[in-house]
Amino acid sequence: MWRAAIVQVITAGILAALSEPAVAASEPSGARQAQLLELLKHDCGSCHGLTMRGGLGPPLLPQALATIDDAVLIETILDGRPGTPMPPWRFQLDPADAAWLVKSLRAGVSP
Amino acid sequence: MTACQPFVRILILLAILTSVAWPGAADPLLRGTGDLGVIIERASGRIQIVETSQATKLTEVTGLGDLSHASVAFSRDGRFAYVFGRDGGLSKIDLLAGRLERRVVQAGNAIGGAISQDGRLIAVSNYEPGGVKVFDAISLELIADIPAMTDGVPSKVVGLVDIPDQGFAFALYDAGEIWLADVSDRSQPRVRRFAGIGRQPYDGFIVEQGRYYIAGLFGEDGLALLDLWRPDGGVKRILDGYGRGEEPLPVYKMPHLEGVAVAAGLVFLPAVGRHEVLVVDSRSWQEVGRIATAGQPVFAIARPDGRQVWVNFAHPDNATVQVIDVASLAVVHSFSPGKAVMHLEFTPKGEEVWISARDDDRVRVYATRTLRLLKELAAEKPSGIFFAARAHRIGY
Ligand code: HEC
Repeated sequence: MWRAAIVQVITAGILAALSEPAVAASEPSGARQAQLLELLKHDCGSCHGLTMRGGLGPPLLPQALATIDDAVLIETILDGRPGTPMPPWRFQLDPADAAWLVKSLRAGVSP
Repeated sequence: MTACQPFVRILILLAILTSVAWPGAADPLLRGTGDLGVIIERASGRIQIVETSQATKLTEVTGLGDLSHASVAFSRDGRFAYVFGRDGGLSKIDLLAGRLERRVVQAGNAIGGAISQDGRLIAVSNYEPGGVKVFDAISLELIADIPAMTDGVPSKVVGLVDIPDQGFAFALYDAGEIWLADVSDRSQPRVRRFAGIGRQPYDGFIVEQGRYYIAGLFGEDGLALLDLWRPDGGVKRILDGYGRGEEPLPVYKMPHLEGVAVAAGLVFLPAVGRHEVLVVDSRSWQEVGRIATAGQPVFAIARPDGRQVWVNFAHPDNATVQVIDVASLAVVHSFSPGKAVMHLEFTPKGEEVWISARDDDRVRVYATRTLRLLKELAAEKPSGIFFAARAHRIGY
């Protein structure tokens, strides 16, 4: 019992230590970020609104996303939401791109 | 102020001199609007006013808010353009004076609009809060509000069009209904509901000058058809199961049904999530064919005489335009008018087509007979193009 718990804590710690810098290191390059912003404004904007205030898709403003986990949002972007118009973007975006988009949305993308 | 007056005079003089360049318009105010139009510069909250006889930009009007997905209706005298912005802004533009005449922000999130048969009412459809608002076309004063509530649940409204006998038709995305609003008593709209039309109607359009209203469905393979001459017959499903059970592809941009091509008794419909245009007979409403295309169609628009249908596509195939020959039901021409083609608009009799290439910051003008590029206009992230000839068409 105890041992298992300790192992778990240690593994979690190692994973956290490993994954934190890994994610930070894979942040998209400046040029890529500019592309992503264009994509967000225009291609995501065609459903979510150019200023992310919503359209056929829901608003993606900071307050609208406040209660939803990063993981859920990243998965939504990469794999879409079947049964709804939200399409998967994995063919064009990798997890680091999606994570950066979520970060930008949370910070409030300027129109 | 006084110091810059001579400069202003020179500018005015220049404007008058350049205006001589288009026929019959020595005085810029003494001209018709039949060859005028509007180009939406979606990211800049700006429109250009253009004329199609020489294909030039006349002026621009700024301060119109979020214009993604913006659309335009024209007053029946062709003088005013009503611009429906995504942010709920309704702007009335004087095409001749080249200025914003009036603007109201009427909802949080809008999707489109239409002008009534008699030209006196403007209806705007909204996502948030979902419903339709009706305004006086002159003053933009709110006259009536039609919330799209079904069992206490709000719905996004799509596919708003004007219909004969002073009405509007629209569809409820969340509820899956078509509503007809009779606004002949302007402050007391009477609504007739048609429920259970299918899942997630995403847009709607009229066929045969308002005989039929059709809503495209996102959540099902098929479309919902309402015969406005016989509304008691209810809504019928057409093209049911057109995907034949195959999984649709993900949709990166919803097709637009406004301006759907109707030519030679046939209706040309963008298939949702498929690289196809579906062809339906407008008498029997049976499928008569499908035309394989370069991508998922967004707009399929007929040249006004009906001989050709021009199609553009969703991301990632949005640099291509294809031309379908209606006589042979075949794609006869594929080309790239530029990056991210957003919209196409024909001149009133169709000898030219204007195409917006958003990521090239260009609008390109082609001859529809020779398919030759005639002219290029600079525009910042252009999207919709709307010509004043729409003023006299039902359902636009
Ligand atoms: C074709 C329309 C469409 C496009 C294009 C689109 N979305 Fe969506 N999106 C939707 C819809 C509809 C939903 C709501 C799905 C649901 O009902 O759960 C959604 C949901 C989302 C959510 C979850 C929001 C929430 O409140 O749960 C995120 C995040 C999101 N989209 C991001 C994006 C990004 C980023 C892009 C561009 C890379 C994009 N979307 C492009 C239609 C679209």
